[in-house]
Amino acid sequence: MPDLASRHPETRPAEAAASGPAVLKVIGLKRYFDVSPPLLNRVLERQPRQILKAVDGIDFAIGRGETFGLVGESGCGKSTVARLIVGLYAPTAGSIELEGRDIAGLSRRQMAPVRRRLQMIFQDPFASLNPRWRVLDIVAEPIRAFGLATGRDAVTRRVGELLEQVKLNSRDGDKYPHEFSGGQRQRISIARALASNPEFLVCDEPTSALDVSVQAQILNLMRDLQRDLGLTYLFISHNLAVVRHISDRVGVMYLGRMVEQAPARTLFATPRHPYTRLLLDTVPDLEMSGRARAPVAGEVPNPINPPAGCSFHPRCPFAADRCRAESPVPIALPGGAVVACHGVEEGRIPEGARQA
Amino acid sequence: MTEPLLQVRDLVVQFPTRRGTLTAVDGVSFHIDPGEVLGVVGESGAGKSMTGAAVIGLLEPPGRIAGGEILLEGQPIQNLPYEAMRRIRGRKIGAIFQDPLTSLNPLYTIGQQLVETIATHTDLTPTRARARAVELLAEVGIPAPERRVDQYPHQFSGGMRQRVVIALALCANPRLIIADEPTTALDVSIQAQIIALLRRLCREHGTAVMLVTHDMGVIAETADRVAVMYAGRIAEIGPVRQVIKQARHPYTVGLMGSIPTIAQDAERLRQIPGSMPRLTDIPAGCAFNPRCERVFERCRRDRPEPIDVAGSRVACWLYDPSAAQREAADA
Repeated sequence: MPDLASRHPETRPAEAAASGPAVLKVIGLKRYFDVSPPLLNRVLERQPRQILKAVDGIDFAIGRGETFGLVGESGCGKSTVARLIVGLYAPTAGSIELEGRDIAGLSRRQMAPVRRRLQMIFQDPFASLNPRWRVLDIVAEPIRAFGLATGRDAVTRRVGELLEQVKLNSRDGDKYPHEFSGGQRQRISIARALASNPEFLVCDEPTSALDVSVQAQILNLMRDLQRDLGLTYLFISHNLAVVRHISDRVGVMYLGRMVEQAPARTLFATPRHPYTRLLLDTVPDLEMSGRARAPVAGEVPNPINPPAGCSFHPRCPFAADRCRAESPVPIALPGGAVVACHGVEEGRIPEGARQA
Repeated sequence: MTEPLLQVRDLVVQFPTRRGTLTAVDGVSFHIDPGEVLGVVGESGAGKSMTGAAVIGLLEPPGRIAGGEILLEGQPIQNLPYEAMRRIRGRKIGAIFQDPLTSLNPLYTIGQQLVETIATHTDLTPTRARARAVELLAEVGIPAPERRVDQYPHQFSGGMRQRVVIALALCANPRLIIADEPTTALDVSIQAQIIALLRRLCREHGTAVMLVTHDMGVIAETADRVAVMYAGRIAEIGPVRQVIKQARHPYTVGLMGSIPTIAQDAERLRQIPGSMPRLTDIPAGCAFNPRCERVFERCRRDRPEPIDVAGSRVACWLYDPSAAQREAADA
């Protein structure tokens, strides 16, 4: 496996990407999981070691106050990226720079001050809040852990502020999570994430468990908070319309690689990578324009044994011999898109708008 | 005029609990014509799945049908004994649920499960039943069906499993399929494949589908008509194009506005304030009135019944002729 970052330092998309100064810069990030059978089976049955390359060398950068959307289907590695960034996993290789400082593989103690600035919102607001804690204690936990306020009254006051910031009532602190609806619980999660005054929020499918009208409330709230507090978001979702709505830049992942990233408007107006086109084509047509959709054949292959060369080639209508042999390297295109595709590089793929 | 395949009239589903009786479905009426796809859309707790479960006779106790009637080909089926209902289920009404893993038995091969279902509902010989199983798998787009028929559910991917579940539902050529969130657990690219498959099969077999989902996109792609449910009632029902492009009920309008699309460039999404009431405290009058931006006095007092508005039926006092007069008088 050629190391993308070291072999092509000049085409490193991270440099070309973020519009402002990058808050977060991810370079050559990899995370492999050993999913081998137990030693005994390997010895007796001569089964080989198996490595799952959940994230296999991705680069991106996020500017201050920006929202970077990460989309892809299940198993593409997008949630692993989230967990790597907040330090829940240690990377196999590569670096994660927060304002120029590499935070990949920091020890627990070294990570603590970073954690204050980097918080996460999870998908399921039913699972991410302790049902036996009052909302006050849930939201106050980061405040107490980082010593951001001292004294019972100061903490309570701060929690009240946070709850009002997410449009809940400051008196809701006395209640338990089960007294709230899904959308309200996600507001509590957001209040907890904001409790340590972070600059950067990693949001892993924050609205996927919610109904659409509630999703709209949460998305609007996240936008307001971003404007008021100058937050930077990494927003992970499988829902293209949601990502389109909230993001400034969007990265598309497929089997552990970033196949395309571009400013949101560019990506949705002129998708370049065949996989991005496929994804856009699957979005149901609410305009009722009667656009005929050709559902793409095939499914995401098993990530333990990804196809050789470009891992998308078995499903790609433009696949050529080179695609089956050689893994494509991300190339920066004019217009701000970074695409990893031999076909795009060689100009084999007809350009232009989506098949509308 | 053909007779509707399914007619549901004033259906009421209730759950007796220690703290009183909860009404999950409250006076729902609709029909489905042969070969038609009726989408039932709504947010969680709107009663859409409950309506589907009532039609197929799979309400979980203590839930029960407390009122109204369900007619399949003109015959009432809401009070049938268990055995009789079991025969209708599968033969006349098929079911597809959200999670294909829970619909399939992990201990039997796909073939065994298909053959068992076919043998229960038809009088094919075992050899013929197996041939039919392979045929069905091919029909739902499973490659190499002769080989895959002897594999177990875990050897199939999520999308392929859902295809198997569809094949199971089709075993006895039912007239109606109840599909409850059939694509929700699937990835977007697979979702599109399954929608296309459902649509093709319905057209070819003339099967009617009651498609229960929270996803307006799936409805737009698949359904002929759509019923929008809110708090156990139908807020609006009509041709899918009309409901989506020219929603009448303020709830439908809000719902459509809150869906982000990839075409639009809106800074903010339209949002409906608050959330759907719990079953324990459904407001008097129109259930949507506390969240409605066009609410007036009558909405808080009287419950609106669906009335005809340009081809749709809308349960909203705004469209009541007398209300229109009143508003005109006010202005």
